[in-house]
Amino acid sequence: MLPPESSPNQAAPAPVPEMSRRSFLRSSAVLASGLAALAASLSPLRELGDYVSLERFMQKYYKELTPEDMAKVLKRIELEVERQYGIRPHVRDLKPMDGVEFVYALNLTRCIGCRKCVHACVAENNQSRNPEIQYIRVLRMPHGSLDIEKATHDYAPESVPEKGYFYMPVQCQQCRNPPCVKVCPVHATWQETDGITVIDYDWCIGCRYCEAACPYWARHFNFTQPSIPKDRLNPEMAYLGNRPRRQGVMEKCHFCIQRTRAGRYPACLEVCPAGARKFGNILDPASEVAYILRTKRVFIQLKEELGTSPRFFYYFDV
Amino acid sequence: MRRATRNYLVFLRRCALIAFVGDKRYYLWMGVLTVFCLLGLNAYAKQLVHGLITTGMSDEVSWGVYIANFTFLVGVAAAAVMMVIPVYIYDNEELHDLVIFGELLAVAAILMCLAFVTVDLGRPDRFWHLIPGLGQLNFPASMLSWDVIVLNGYLLLNVHICGYLLYCRYRDRKPSKWFYIPFVFVAIGWAVSIHTVTAFLYVGLGGRPFWNSSIVGPRFLASAFTAGPALIILALQIIRRVTEYRITNKALLTLRSIVQVSMLINVFLLVNEVFKEFYSGNLHVASSKYLYLGLHGYHALVPWIWTAIVFNVVAMVLLVLPLSRSLKWLNLTCVLCIVGIWIEKGMGLVIPGFIPTPLGAMAEYRPSLNETLICLGIWAFGLLCYTVFLRMAVPILQGRLSQANEGAPAAGLGEAATNPALEA
Repeated sequence: MLPPESSPNQAAPAPVPEMSRRSFLRSSAVLASGLAALAASLSPLRELGDYVSLERFMQKYYKELTPEDMAKVLKRIELEVERQYGIRPHVRDLKPMDGVEFVYALNLTRCIGCRKCVHACVAENNQSRNPEIQYIRVLRMPHGSLDIEKATHDYAPESVPEKGYFYMPVQCQQCRNPPCVKVCPVHATWQETDGITVIDYDWCIGCRYCEAACPYWARHFNFTQPSIPKDRLNPEMAYLGNRPRRQGVMEKCHFCIQRTRAGRYPACLEVCPAGARKFGNILDPASEVAYILRTKRVFIQLKEELGTSPRFFYYFDV
Repeated sequence: MRRATRNYLVFLRRCALIAFVGDKRYYLWMGVLTVFCLLGLNAYAKQLVHGLITTGMSDEVSWGVYIANFTFLVGVAAAAVMMVIPVYIYDNEELHDLVIFGELLAVAAILMCLAFVTVDLGRPDRFWHLIPGLGQLNFPASMLSWDVIVLNGYLLLNVHICGYLLYCRYRDRKPSKWFYIPFVFVAIGWAVSIHTVTAFLYVGLGGRPFWNSSIVGPRFLASAFTAGPALIILALQIIRRVTEYRITNKALLTLRSIVQVSMLINVFLLVNEVFKEFYSGNLHVASSKYLYLGLHGYHALVPWIWTAIVFNVVAMVLLVLPLSRSLKWLNLTCVLCIVGIWIEKGMGLVIPGFIPTPLGAMAEYRPSLNETLICLGIWAFGLLCYTVFLRMAVPILQGRLSQANEGAPAAGLGEAATNPALEA
């Protein structure tokens, strides 16, 4: 059927034992060295460590978790965080409130480009410090132009503001037509009823299609295991918000879901020394954001022509 | 029923075993490929542990050579159909048996495509989230979910067509038309769809003006139907040289005319795109400027894209001239087509779409060594698969591996080893 040297299994009944013993030895040697080479090439996997556990591998999609499942998962996350950081966090699954749709308004006349919001956000939301992930990018723009291609990202003067420039912080615009949600192949990111686009960090497969789709460069990828100094961890956490992420998943601004769904302001707003940031429920006519959008003659949705319809508005004191 | 299963298992077993038999050149070729596969596997193990930080990608340029190679190879897979159309629609006899070689190339290319998207995933352990029923496939909204379906569907179609035809030949039976002709016609439409859907992955992104252009789809098809058959022309000559399988020059020249027309269309579409970008001079020209001329002192892609353009234009001229009827010139032309289109579609399409970023920042991308090793590993894996497929298919088509000689000692398999090295 086949030349005997090709099949170690047929060594015994083969007609010339001398030949087949030699070929058996040869086949075994080839097989053994092949397996050794395979094992050697896979050896880096020994450092895989905590990459995945059976529980995490089997974990269901956020929207399919029953309240009991969720309680178990939250408990597990608390234990995992405690093991890693030595602090027992408080992880909650906060749901959107009825009759609430969050909107952000940012006063371009007031922003002085100090980047305090950027760093307050990193501290609040447990972003990786090394490599550092930031949800807010402050653009320095020359007077008179909204052309983003003229923006400077890495400005570093002695003091801000600088003459001849204005500053435009950009973060997730919480679009009504979010391109990132549309392109996600596994529904790992979606828009909640209060207008916040969230990510299930345990469901994301890390294809980065949403990152390519986002016109605001708002989505960021964990290119390696995030690292946060133990004493910097914010223990007040939400499942869809600032709980620590793992290597290989996306993350982005979620309007500080762990704060705003509990009746507080986002961290970037609280820290702003210029009072440039306003946040609230657009469905409540008495809210500050409703007042601003009602009374300002001009406000801007960034890249309005793309039809993404952001819930983030830029306005001016005119 | 049981007998049929047994027959089929014997067939599979003989096919599997023959892949381990060959002459010295065959072992050498397979050995080299295996070494590259293992190096790639080792690099991938490192990437799994440390994350995609081991690549040259960043939040600025978040797709790189993995997706570039993926895009190119989807084109190669789609182009296999360009051999099927003349055979089944125009009854071109010259190419009849060669269709199998084209479709096997498609199978190998799709396997490489699947490998390239897998290594690009941040969480490959969660692949099952993509499986309909088990996971949460976002169909039909996400173009990536379309790609998952059409690529796997195309793989199954081609495996079925090749497998069925080869098994019939092995048993010396006439293939029943009902079992494959409908699939062949579905596969023709499907081939166009896999590359269109892959183009739509990019075209559908409104925030990336460089990709958000309706010409990307047609250009994808034109370039695929250039590079794919060019690759097949080279592969067929290698098959002809290392096996006793007869392939006529006429068949190669039929493929040449496909490459010829496709390359003319490809260059024409390129001219259209460049004109629209630069003549109107609107703000969205930044990515094209970066690609062709360099922007704000960043110009890593400029030498690449001009190499691609020169290769493509020279190839086009050669293809139009009767000179390329001689195999020597035709081979040179094919190499130029393949390299030119690989650059144009990989580096030239994927990377500049990210530069500058949507917020106007400049960044550049250079694949890392680890990333390059993974790519080489996947190419080696694809070539390994294609070699094995041919090692099985050639003796079957020649009638040397058939049911008739089951049990016979090695029916002349030893002396005629295949070595379809795709030197391209």
